[in-house]
Parts: sequence; structure tokens; C-alpha cells
Amino acid sequence: MSLAEEVDLLRGIALFERMEPSKLKLLAMTSDRVNFRAGAVMMKQGDNGDAAYVIISGKGEVYIDTPGGEIKVAEMGPGQVVGEIAIMIDTPRTATVKTPEGLTALKIPKENFLRLLSSSPQIALEIIRVLAARLENTNAQLRAAVAKQSA
Amino acid sequence: MDRTIYGYILRHSKKQQVVLLFITCAAFPFIYLQPEIVKRIINKAIGGKVSDFPKDIFGFEFEQIPYLVLMCFAFLGIVLINGGFKYYINLLKGRLGERMLRRLRYMLYGRVLRFPQSHFKRVSQGEIIPMITQEVEPLGGFIGDAVAQPLFQAGMLVTFLIFIMVQDVYMGLTAIAMFPIQGMIIPRMQKKVNALGKLRVRAVRRVSERISESINGIQEVHANDSSNLMRSEFAGHLGRIYDIRFEIFQRKFMIKFLNNFLSQFTPFIFYLLGGYLAIKGDLTIGALIGVISAHKDMNAPWKELLTFYQQYMDVKIKYEQVIEQFDPPGMLDEKLQLDEPASIPAIPKTAAVAAQSLTFQEDETTIPIQNFNLTFQAGERVALIGASGGGKDEFPMLLSRLLAPTSGRIAIDNQDIKDWSEAVLGRRFAYVGPNAYLFSDSVRANLLFGLKHRPVMERDRDEAAKKARAAALEENSRAGNTIEDFDDDWVDYGALGADGPADADEKLIDVLGHVELTRDVYALGLRGSIDPKARPRLAELALEARQQLGVRLDAENLRDLVEPYDPAQYNSNASLAENLLFGTIVAGGLDLETLGDHPYVRTVLSEGGLLDDLLNVGKEAAALMVELFADVEPGDPLFEQYSFIKADALPDYQIILTKFARGAAEALTDAERGMLLAMPFKLVTARHRLGLITDEIRDRVVAARSRFRENLPEDLSGAIEFFDPESYNAAASVQDNILFGKIAYGEAEGPETVGRLLDEVVGELKLEHDIVAAGLDFEVGIGGSRLGGMQRQKIAIARALAKRPDLLILNGATDAMDTRTRAKLVDSILAAAPGGVVWAMGDTEQTGPFDRVAEVGGGRVLNVTENDGNRE
Repeated sequence: MSLAEEVDLLRGIALFERMEPSKLKLLAMTSDRVNFRAGAVMMKQGDNGDAAYVIISGKGEVYIDTPGGEIKVAEMGPGQVVGEIAIMIDTPRTATVKTPEGLTALKIPKENFLRLLSSSPQIALEIIRVLAARLENTNAQLRAAVAKQSA
Repeated sequence: MDRTIYGYILRHSKKQQVVLLFITCAAFPFIYLQPEIVKRIINKAIGGKVSDFPKDIFGFEFEQIPYLVLMCFAFLGIVLINGGFKYYINLLKGRLGERMLRRLRYMLYGRVLRFPQSHFKRVSQGEIIPMITQEVEPLGGFIGDAVAQPLFQAGMLVTFLIFIMVQDVYMGLTAIAMFPIQGMIIPRMQKKVNALGKLRVRAVRRVSERISESINGIQEVHANDSSNLMRSEFAGHLGRIYDIRFEIFQRKFMIKFLNNFLSQFTPFIFYLLGGYLAIKGDLTIGALIGVISAHKDMNAPWKELLTFYQQYMDVKIKYEQVIEQFDPPGMLDEKLQLDEPASIPAIPKTAAVAAQSLTFQEDETTIPIQNFNLTFQAGERVALIGASGGGKDEFPMLLSRLLAPTSGRIAIDNQDIKDWSEAVLGRRFAYVGPNAYLFSDSVRANLLFGLKHRPVMERDRDEAAKKARAAALEENSRAGNTIEDFDDDWVDYGALGADGPADADEKLIDVLGHVELTRDVYALGLRGSIDPKARPRLAELALEARQQLGVRLDAENLRDLVEPYDPAQYNSNASLAENLLFGTIVAGGLDLETLGDHPYVRTVLSEGGLLDDLLNVGKEAAALMVELFADVEPGDPLFEQYSFIKADALPDYQIILTKFARGAAEALTDAERGMLLAMPFKLVTARHRLGLITDEIRDRVVAARSRFRENLPEDLSGAIEFFDPESYNAAASVQDNILFGKIAYGEAEGPETVGRLLDEVVGELKLEHDIVAAGLDFEVGIGGSRLGGMQRQKIAIARALAKRPDLLILNGATDAMDTRTRAKLVDSILAAAPGGVVWAMGDTEQTGPFDRVAEVGGGRVLNVTENDGNRE
């Protein structure tokens, strides 16, 4: 896959969809393509996060540590973003991601992403919009859950 | 050391000065013969009457023409003789001056090596260095003239004076009437100039001190934006030098003016008085002319004498100013460094080491050690603990005699170490301070530094080299320098516990283990290159390791982690430049960055039908870069990391692209094509994923690769060491030789996995040892700057352990290390030290394994605990 295809891939992601084409290209260019072998661990819960990944091909399994051991909570596939929270704020990884069958992803290093944000207010606005939408979504879920509990 | 320059000159060159004087005097008659012969040629040979001939010379008769020929040849002969004398005298003077200068510098350097430590707190490097290097320089020129010149000129002066006196006493007296006045006034004026000269020397020293301080504190200057403060201070110092120098000039020229005036005052009297008398008829004109010319003759040596006097004064100041700085009180006795004791007995483990009423006073108010009493056995392990500033840091320095006590003493079996030769202290003791200083040399040389006291073995030399060495040492002794040859082998292998050079590395590697440094030196060896001839085993087994690594990668199904260098394949993890060269650049002629500018590379490209394609790729890549980076701030790190084009070159590329769009590559200048070619040469297809290097281009690069190698022109032969699967590449690192390929981009955990497999292969082939030995060749840089602080301290401790001292003194020697490493090192160093250990340490919790723990505070020992359980 060449740079042009990676740019298309990035454009398909909500976080990046309204970014100018040249900025998107720059982001793709400054990101590394990384292969994970079958059975590798992409990230571990509790580790410091230094990059987000956009899955190009393959499958990722998301696990969360609980007192009773690891539980699988989700599966991720091509076009999905993994670990984007960690590149915006300094917080440990909130989940473990394994790649049982191998996976190829575009690795977006934290510094590059933040630099891009600081150089372009539009991108920052776009990100805020996406995050606000997510927050609203979470709030709605919370309200629904509370309503259900009190009912 | 001689207080005056003449004391110094006479002590070391009396004989040569006499020889010089003698030859100068011998040359004298010939100097006066030359105008005499000229006179004869003109007056007698050319202007003579026919009746005067034939002339009779030594029984031979000469007619006019043969006489002219004879005289002319006599003239030529005298010119040659005079020239010969001059040449020979200058040579003697020059040689003498250089030898004396060399002796002086050697002596001054020797004194620096004997300065008391405290002196280095008062004088800076910036002052000492120019004193030895520059300030003494004019002395060399003066020394050759020091005796012969004044004596010779004075002799001439006296000769003329007698000559005149014999003719007419009064005339003689008149001719020298002004000399006493000049002799009185000039030195007086000179005195002031001398004082200024002293000031100037000091001011210049201060300038060098400021420069060296600015360099040492350069980070503070930048970090505090204080460069303008420094500039201003520096300008102030320069201003002071300017003032002093300008005043010196004024006075010097004034002296010159007065001098000229006074010396012309005599002829003034002659003309006036003599003229008056001549007109009156009391004096013949002939006598007047005689006196005037006699005065003229005398004036020449007199002027020379005055010049000499000024030069002498100048040099005298320089000498005295330097000498004064090199004679601090408390300097180590020269004998303790230079004389080799008949025997250097080991210090028995049971010897009593006693610090008795020890006091060390730095200045009036600072007394770090006061009435310090401590006794232990030389073989014991003693820990010194306590707060810094309480004397814990100074006692180890007193014990190793780096500091001299103000009162009290340190005695070993009742012998005061004050009188011990440095040969005993430096070989039986080892001291490691907190500032682990490494010399700019290899790791090995730094480890062996503590074992090089005297030359032990002559190096193997051929006949010519032997002769050259003998001549060099002979010259050394003439200038009072040492006749110990630096190029000989100085390593005391016995002290290291080795039999000779062959097993020395073995022992050093053992020592590295004691300070947990083996792994670091192994890494240095792996990253460094080796000479396969010097290390045939490593070179050979590295090829074996190359095979094995391949086998392992295959076995673990990890082949794609390393893309090997295959002569028939394009390596997508290497840049296009590397793919074309297919080798390592050894030296000169070529540079990966500017490969496209080399005419031979251009030829290869165009012959391979690649030039146009690559220019197109360059255009595409440049266009992309311009698009992506056009509105990125120039200082942004993104430029540094990702752009092929530097921020300031972007506009140039924009112009090139515009030109290209109008008329393709033909429209570009040669330099512009070079700039475009630089783009594809940097492309690594696996990393950059631009899709510009097509399969077709790859095939053609691979084809051009072999042509590039086959037709390599004369001037590039040897400039590249080509990759060859079957042979060792001396220009590449050991690691690259084993990998023989590029670690693939974009494989998660790729480099780590490859590193692990490489270590396994190295372990299996038992290559670690060879690689560590190769790591000993690593150059540590100035002050060890290419190593980390922890590594430097470890090497300093290893250096001390390598000489297997009877008493190892450690003073904050592990300060740069983390607590865990420090704790580990206490045990391993104590286990490795063959004799006693005195360890001044910061943490108190590690005193467990010591025989005796002394708590130090307020300059004295507060409390001693003995751990009898640790004694054997």
C-alpha cells in the first residue's frame, strides 16, 4: 500500500475526515507502517502510550484487566483507531490489545500528532467537535443507564 | 630554578655561548676585509696607473688585468666566507635557542606536574597554557644572541674608541660625549616601559583565562542569555590591553626619538665646533672628517647595544613573570617523581596505617581536617562515612598524598608517607576520586594508564627506525628532556598479573567484569569496526555468525525482520544510494548525501538509462515535499526528521520545479539536477512508501550496481568497501557484518528480536570475548565525553583495580551511579580488590561488608565500629 492509499484510509476516520488533504498527507508521511505478528501484543494496559494506531488490515482483540482476570471486551478491524486517547493526554493505556492473527497498522506518534494540532487550529477544532460528540454520546448512555437503574 | 634569565642561560649553555662568541670574533676580520678589497679593486686595479704594475704578491708578479681578476675573485671568496660565517652562526644560534626553549618548556611542564593541588585553585588553565606555549617563545630568539651579541658589539666599540684615542684623545672624548647621557636616560625611561610590559603580560593572561572560562561555562552563557555580558567583560579586558600597549608604544617611540636625537647631537657639535675651528685654521679639515667618520663607525655598535638592551629587558620581564608563576610553595620534590627507587616493596596486610593528629588547612577559615586520628591495618576494608564537608572527602586525598597535611602525619609502619617516592604511592596505592577523568584515547589505553610508569620493553623496530629513535633521544638529552621513549611499551604487565602483551586484554576483561562494565564494552565492540588482520578470529567467526543468524531467523520464521544484502536484489529497506553503491564508504571522494553530484555516479546513471527516471522521481518527491512542508514552521522538528529538503532550501526547489514544469530536465543547470537527484538517493522504499521507485527502476539500479563496481575509476578505488556475502567488510561495524542486511522497517519489536537472536548467535560461537576485546579499542573522546558518567566512573575504578593495589582508596568514586548499581559494586569491588580498601562513601547502609567503619565529622573521626565478623 502506498502513501496515497494510507491517506484515503485516514480520511475514512471520523477524527481526521475534515482535515485538509495536504495535512492528512503530512500525517501519513510522518507515520510509520507497522506489522504485528500473530500472537503479538500491540499495547498493554497500564503502559505509557506514545502512539495511536489506525488498523490497515488484520484484527485486534481488546482486553481489560479485572480482579477476576483478563476479559475480552471488543474486537477491532481495518479503518478503526486504537489508543487515540493516549496521544492527546498523558494517561496510561486503558486496555490491552492483542493481535492473534497478525495486524498491520499505521502508527501515529504522539509528538507528530500534537505538533500537527498546534500548527493548525482547524484540525484542533475538528478534534474538539469529534470529542464533544463522543462525550455527548457517553452522557446519553449514562443517562439511559441511570434511568434504567432508578426505574 | 634560576631567578634570572642570564642565570638560566649560563647554567645550561655556557660552553655553546663561548663557542658562539669565538666564532663571531673569528668572523670579524673578514667583515672588514670586504670593503677593503672593494676599495682596492676601484682604486688600484681599475683606477691605478700603469706604472704601478706589475705588483708583487707573495712572490708572484701581476699585471693590471690579472690583478683585477685576482682581486675580483678575492672579493667573491670573501663574500662566500662572510656568508658562510653568517649562515653557520645563525644556525648555531637558532639551534641553541631552540634547545634552550625546549628545555625551558619541558622544565615548566615538569613543574606543572609537581604543583600542589591547591595551586590549581588559584591559577587557571587559561593562564598556565599560554605561559608554556607562547610567552616563552621570544626567549628562544634571544638566547642565541645573549652573550655573543653584547660582547662583540662592546668589543667593536672599544676597538674603535682606542683607535680614535690613539689618533686624538680629545676627539675621542667628544665622540663619546653623549654616551653617558644616553646611558643614564634610556634605562630610566625603559624602567617604566618594563613595568608596563609586566602589566601587559598579566592582562593578556587574564584574557586567556576569560576565554577558557567562557568555554567551560558555555552552557550557562547560553541558558542565561548572558553572552552580551560576557562580550562586554571581554571588551573591557581587551581595552585594558589596548591602553597598556598604546602607552608602551608611546614610550618606546619616545625613547627611539630621544636616542636618535642624542646620537645626532654629537655630529652637531662636530659640525659646529669643528667647523668653527677648521675655518679659524686651528683644525685641519682632514682631521675633522676623520673624527666624523670614526663617530659614525662607533655609532653602529652603540645602536646595536641599545637595541640589545631593550630586547633584553623585554625578555627578562617575560622570563621572570613566567618563573614567578611556576614556583608555588609546597611543590613536590622532583626526586620523588623522577628517581626510580631500587625496590618497591609490597605493603604487608598487617602494616599499621596511622593518621596522627592530622590537620589540613586550606586557608585561614577553611580547615577541613583537624586533629584527625585513625589507625587501621593496611589489609583492612575501611569505610569512611559522614556528611560531606566534615573531612570525609579530604582524608582519602591526604592518604594518597594528593594533598599535603598542614601538620600531623600519615605513617605506614611508622614511615611518614610524605617522604615516599611517587613510584611507591602510584604503584602500591590506587586512588579514584569523584571526577573520573579519562584521557582522549582508547578504553584499553585508559585502563592501562595506571600501569605505565617506566618503559619496560623496546618496541620492535627496523634499522632505520632504530637510528631515528637514537637520534631523537640524543637530541632529547641535549635539551635536558627525558630519554624515555613514549613509543616503547610502558605497561607493567607483572602488576596487571599478565605475562605480557598477549594476555593483557584477558586480564583487562576480567577487571571489566568486576565493575559490571563488560556488557557496555561489548556493545561498543559490536557497534565499532575492526581490522580483520588484527582480529582474524573475530572476522572469520563473524561470517559464521552471519550464516547462523540466517538459520535462526529462518527457524523462528522471522526471515522478514532482516533484509539481507543480495547482490542480485534491490534492498527495499536501504536507500537508493546504498543500493547503487552496495558497499560502505571508507574515506574521501564520496559522500552519501551528495552522491548525485559525483561525475562518475552521473555517468553510471546515464549509461544505465536511469538519469531521466531518477530526475523524474526527484521532481515528484520534491513536489510532494514542497506541498507538505510549505506551511510548516522552519524550526519545526518535523523538518529535521521527515523532510528531504531543509527549510531554507524549499524556495530553491520551488524554482527548480517551476523550471522543470516549463522545459523538463533540459531546462535545469547541472547543480539543479544534482539537487533533484539528491531526492531519490535518500528514498528508502519500505520506509517512505511514496511508490515512486518502480520495479523497473529497481531492476536497473541492480544492473547499474555491478557496472558501478566494475568500471570504478582509479581515484575511487579503495574508497568503497563493497558488500560481499562471503567476506568481512572492514569498513562496517561488527554488528552490520553479522546482520549483513538491513533491519526491516515497520516490524513491531523487530530491532529487539534481532538483537536477541544476534546475542544468542554470538554466545553460541563464543564470540563475546572477542567483541569485548574489540570494544577496548573504542576511543572515549576528550575527557571521556563519548561515554556516560557512570561508564566513566566504572572505567576509573577498573583502572585502579587493574594495577592490583595494596591499598585501594575510593573517594566518592561511585557518585554518578544509581543506588542499585552502587550497592552491587561495593560487593564486587571488595571481592576483587587484592589488598586493603579505604572507601569514603555517601550512603551509610552499605557498610556491612567492611571490617571497620569510621564516622567522620567536623574534621575528625567521631566514632569507629569494628565488624570482627567480616575478618578472615
